[in-house]
Amino acid sequence: MAETNSTFDATDDRDSTSDGSAATRSELYREWLDVTVLAPLRIAWNDWRTKTGSLIILFYVLMGTVGLYLVPAPTQGQGPRLTGPFQSMSYPLGTDNLGTSLLSDIVYSTPPVLKMILAGAVFSTIMATIVGTVSGYKGGTVDSVLTTFTDIAMTIPGLPLIILLIAVFEPESPYVIGVFLVINSWAGLARSIRSQVLSIRDHSYVEVSRIMGASTPKIIVDDVLPNIMPYVLINFVNSARGVIFGSVALFYLGFLSGFSNNWGITLNEAFTNAAIYSLDGIYWLLFPMIAIVGLSFGLVLFAQGTEKLFNPRIRARHADAVDDTAPYEE
Amino acid sequence: MYIIKRLGQAFVTFVAVITITFGLIRAIPGGPADHIRAQVMRNRGSQGVSMAEINSLTETYTNYDPSTPVYVQYFDYVTNILQGDLGESMSYPTRSVSDIIIQAAPWTIFLLTMAILLTFAMGIVLGAVMAYREGSQFDTGSTVLSMFMNSVPYYVAALLLVYVFSIQLSIFPQSGNYAVGLEPGLTPIFIADVFYHATLPIASLVLTGFGGVAITMRGNSIQEIGEDYIRVAHLRGVPGRRIAVRYVGRNALLPMYTNLMISVGFMFGGSIILEQIFAYPGLGNYLLQALNNSDYPLMMGIFIVITAAVLICILIADLTYGLIDPRVSAGEGKEAY
Repeated sequence: MAETNSTFDATDDRDSTSDGSAATRSELYREWLDVTVLAPLRIAWNDWRTKTGSLIILFYVLMGTVGLYLVPAPTQGQGPRLTGPFQSMSYPLGTDNLGTSLLSDIVYSTPPVLKMILAGAVFSTIMATIVGTVSGYKGGTVDSVLTTFTDIAMTIPGLPLIILLIAVFEPESPYVIGVFLVINSWAGLARSIRSQVLSIRDHSYVEVSRIMGASTPKIIVDDVLPNIMPYVLINFVNSARGVIFGSVALFYLGFLSGFSNNWGITLNEAFTNAAIYSLDGIYWLLFPMIAIVGLSFGLVLFAQGTEKLFNPRIRARHADAVDDTAPYEE
Repeated sequence: MYIIKRLGQAFVTFVAVITITFGLIRAIPGGPADHIRAQVMRNRGSQGVSMAEINSLTETYTNYDPSTPVYVQYFDYVTNILQGDLGESMSYPTRSVSDIIIQAAPWTIFLLTMAILLTFAMGIVLGAVMAYREGSQFDTGSTVLSMFMNSVPYYVAALLLVYVFSIQLSIFPQSGNYAVGLEPGLTPIFIADVFYHATLPIASLVLTGFGGVAITMRGNSIQEIGEDYIRVAHLRGVPGRRIAVRYVGRNALLPMYTNLMISVGFMFGGSIILEQIFAYPGLGNYLLQALNNSDYPLMMGIFIVITAAVLICILIADLTYGLIDPRVSAGEGKEAY
C-alpha cells in the first residue's frame, strides 16, 4: 500500500487545491484521472484475483504481440514428427504429426483470438447494457418492444446461427467474426440486466431523483448504472470467455477457414490424429487446452477481483454487518 | 390479460425467428433450390428434368416453391411450419424432418435436463454455503475451484473425460446412447444403460457449469446479506435458518431463475459440439450432419424446434416471475417512467 500511494500525490493534494484558489486545467485533469481511473485500479490491484488475472491477460497480450517476434512462424517440418515436449530448444513444446512446432502454433493463434475477444466483448456489453437498462427502467411500450427484440435475439440457437452467418457472409476479419460470435449472446445479458433494473427502479433514491425531475438518461447513468456495474463488468469478461469458447468450437468443428492457426484447429488435429489413443501423444492435446483454459481463467479471475471495486458501499456495509447476521454463527 | 399479451409476444417472436431463418436460408450462396437442382441433374442427367419438376421437388423439401414470388414463398413457408410440416430431409431420403426430430429430440432433452438440474443444484448449494462462510478457507478454496472449472470449455472437459475414462481406463463408453443390441424399453437394464452412456456428456456440462452458478449465487447472497431488512429481521429475532432460506435464499435466487431458463438455450446450441464428440444421436448431432451435407430442410427444422423450446422456457420463466418475486408483480403494476 505504502509504496503505491506515493505515486498518487494528487489525491492528497486535492483538499488544498480545491479550497478557494482556482485549480489549473492540468490539475483538474490529473485529479479527474486519479479519481476515476487510477484510484479504482489501485483498489483492484490490491485484490490477488485481479492481480493474477491481469498478469495472465498481459501474458497473452505479450504472446500475441512480442511473442510473434520471438517464436518462428509455424511451418511443416520445423522438427522431426511427433517429438515430445521439452526435448529441444527449437520446439520446446514438441511437434505434431507434420513436424510443426506446437509452441509456434499456439503463439501464432493468439492475435486473432485476442481481436475476436475485444470486438465481441465490447459489442455485446454495450448492446446489453443499453437495451437492458432502458427496457427495465422505462417500462411500458418501450419495454415491450425491447423485450420482444431481446427475445428474438435470445431465442435463436446461438452456435448454429453463428455457423450459418459465417457460411453466408464468409467474414475474414477477426473483428467481424468476434461480433458474429456474440450476435445473440448479448440478449441473455440484457435480460438479466433488465431483471436487476426492475428491482432497482423502485428504490427510494431513484424515486427521489424522479420526483426532482431528473431526465431518464441521467437517472439511468447516475442511479441505475452504478448498481449494475459490477454485474456488467463481470459479464463483459463472461462474454469475452464466450467468444473464446465459441471461436475455438467453430475452429474445432472446422467452420472457420481463412486462419491457418487456432487452438481449436490444433485440438481437432490432435484428437482426430489419434494422439489421444496413446499416452505419448497427450501433450499434443494438452497444450492447446492449457492455452484456452489459461486465457479464460485469467479473464474470470480479473472479473471476480474487480467486483469489490464497483460496489464499495454494499461491501463496506456488509463487512460490519456480516458478524451479527450470519445465521450459522448463532 | 398479461398472459394473453405475453403469449402474443411469444408468437410474434416465433414468427420473427422463422422469418429470419427463412431469409438466412435464402441468402446462403447456392441455397436449397440450387442444391436440389444439382442433385437431380447428377442423378438423371441434364435431359428429362423440367424446371417445374425441380420446383415441385424443392417445394416438397423446403416448403416453398421457388417459381412463385418471394412473398408467396414466405407465406407458404410460414403457414406450413405453423402447421407442423417441416419438409423432407435431403440427406436421409424416405424420412421426413419431423420424424428425425421426434426421434432425436428426447435424447437431447434428456441430456440437457439432467445437466441443467445437476448444475444448478450443485451451484446453488455450494454458492449459498460459500456466501455464509465468506472469507473462510472453504470459501476461498471453493471460489478458486469454481472459477477454474468455469474457465474450462465444456468440450475441452469432454475431450479430457473421453481420454481418461473411455480410452485409458475404459470405465465409460466413448460414444452412443445405449449399448448395441439392447432392446429399447422401460426396463431397468435399458434405463441404467442410458444413464451409463450419458454420464460423460452430462459430467462435462455439469463440471464446467456449476462453478459459474456457485459464484453468481455467492455474489447475490452476499449482496442480500448486506441489505437492511436482513439486519432488521435479525434484530427482530427471526431464526437464522429462516433468514438464510426465506430471506436471503429467496432473493438471491431471483436473478438466477432467468439464468436457468437462458442456459437452456445456451446448452441447446452447445449440444452440437458435445453430441459430436460423444456421437450421441440427439438434435445437435443431426444439426451438424445437416450443416455438413447442406441438408437445408433438416437444418431449418432443427433450428425451429430448438427455437421453440427456448421460447417456451423463457415464456415459463416470465409467467412465473411474479410468483418468486412479488416486487416484480407480473408486469401489470409496472408503470412507465
